[in-house]
Amino acid sequence: MSDLNKLGIEGARDALKQGGVTSVELTDACLQAIEDAGALNAFVHGTPDMARDMAKAADQRIKSGDATAMTGIPLGIKDLFCVRGVPTQAASGILRGFRPEYESTVTHNLWDAGAVMLGKLNMDEFAMGSSNESSTYGPAVNPWQGRDGAKLTAGGSSGGSASAVAADLCLAATGTDTGGSIRQPAALTGIVGLKPTYGRVSRWGVIAYASSLDQAGPMTKSVRDAAIMLGAMASVDEKDSTSANIPVPDFEAAITGDIRGQKIGIPREYRMEGMPADIDALWRQGAEMLRDAGAEIVDISLPHTKYALPAYYVIAPAEASSNLARYDGVRYGHRAKLGQGDGIVDMYEKTRAEGFGPEVQRRVMIGTYVLSAGFYDAYYNRARKVRALIKRDFDQAFADGVDAILAPATPSAAFPLGSAKDGDPVAMYLNDVFTVTLNLAGLPGIAVPVGQDADGLPLGLQMIGRPFEEGALLNQASVLERAAGFVAKPDRWW
Amino acid sequence: MSITENEARKVAHLARIRVEDEALPALAQELSSILQFMEQLNEVDVEGVEPMTGVTPMRLKRRDDVVTTGEMADKVLSNAPDAREGFFAVPKVVE
Repeated sequence: MSDLNKLGIEGARDALKQGGVTSVELTDACLQAIEDAGALNAFVHGTPDMARDMAKAADQRIKSGDATAMTGIPLGIKDLFCVRGVPTQAASGILRGFRPEYESTVTHNLWDAGAVMLGKLNMDEFAMGSSNESSTYGPAVNPWQGRDGAKLTAGGSSGGSASAVAADLCLAATGTDTGGSIRQPAALTGIVGLKPTYGRVSRWGVIAYASSLDQAGPMTKSVRDAAIMLGAMASVDEKDSTSANIPVPDFEAAITGDIRGQKIGIPREYRMEGMPADIDALWRQGAEMLRDAGAEIVDISLPHTKYALPAYYVIAPAEASSNLARYDGVRYGHRAKLGQGDGIVDMYEKTRAEGFGPEVQRRVMIGTYVLSAGFYDAYYNRARKVRALIKRDFDQAFADGVDAILAPATPSAAFPLGSAKDGDPVAMYLNDVFTVTLNLAGLPGIAVPVGQDADGLPLGLQMIGRPFEEGALLNQASVLERAAGFVAKPDRWW
Repeated sequence: MSITENEARKVAHLARIRVEDEALPALAQELSSILQFMEQLNEVDVEGVEPMTGVTPMRLKRRDDVVTTGEMADKVLSNAPDAREGFFAVPKVVE
């Protein structure tokens, strides 16, 4: 079989089971694809030796009849996940050279299931960004090209994961989503990205950005692959005090393709002024597809939607300023060269000025400001109250009998790298307008590729589910996926 | 609300990030524009609303207050920029 790297998890699982292919062959195909794709800048730390060893062990395990659905599946891991002994630096200069002595729960679960580690994937620094341009490694590039060969963003913050999966450098990848960092890059690269319910997947060993919002999830080539991989990533974890004490069901078994009689809500506040016609048309088509499958489409209202972005950009930086206080040049990573007579505060200040990039510095300072005496109530507490209202909007919609919500994933298709360089930071924040609401409410959401714009670039829609009902959400998403029949792949230029 | 250069200097210091004087005007302007964006929150009636801390309505988990791990100073220090004799080394803290 050729082009083994183009398989998804489901296809590879079935082929491995039938014995027509080995994990070593799958892994070698991916390693070759990675080597040939330097121009995408998706993989930033390769682990080929580790990959081959893990693949050999997986083949043994398959032979012995002890395989799981993920055994032998080669994966890319976002640079935010600690993997023992492997460079892990959250795409930040401040963690250059850091090799964790411990394993994140998510990657531990994946290796336990027999998955194979191909390497670490590019991302925005500390997951702060929507274009992967804040990375210390330089931006990941979208395998989809713009007009006249323009290099496009793969989105952010999980841009390397999205680029790698869309370009078939791996079968699937891990991502994390604090304000849309799984769903936005997935939508911009024509793949599937699932942000689980807050608490479904352990945050232990995942470098923290905003702890009340961060959640890891799968980025895959199909909805079914996302179901399989989520099953392996999720667990009830004592090491994460916010890990929900709810058993992990068989997500794949929930995919029946039947959504007859279900109510799908269309939130009217998501119809933003100035929304591109392509996105609006896609959203209508998506609703039609679900209606044709027997769902009832209902108009709903989420009145506080407009305030989600400003609330997010208070809460997330506030938590970040606290989480990132640990990067002080003492315990790990970079320490600035000190001058004669420099004291410890000079060391902190110089180290952080050198180690953090501009967007991280900006968010840490904004967070510091909104938490400082005199402003705590005006900004931070007010934002947390607005957050409660945003969650209440969703609670109300679900209480009224809505089974899921359909919305756009992004306000546009992938945009050229460098296009926002000199613009104001707030313009970049607007990329998250359709995605942050769920993080604030803790809900699961999935981006599914549904169509292409006039330039042939992929466009995605987002479905939002009830808390801890990822199975139902994946089933609804699978109906959308099947009806949309998105099969386009980027032309290879790299 | 707009931030003055002095306030920008103060917030940078609180955040322990060195910002040179010539960079303060640009920083003050940038922070002001972000705060201006957040001012929208003042339009919302939040009377009687409890500030939200976490999305899951659950009591924070507790565990017994006992030592569960340890005896791995070498691992703890393995990534330190400067470690000596089982300690993190830092510049002089007390004058």
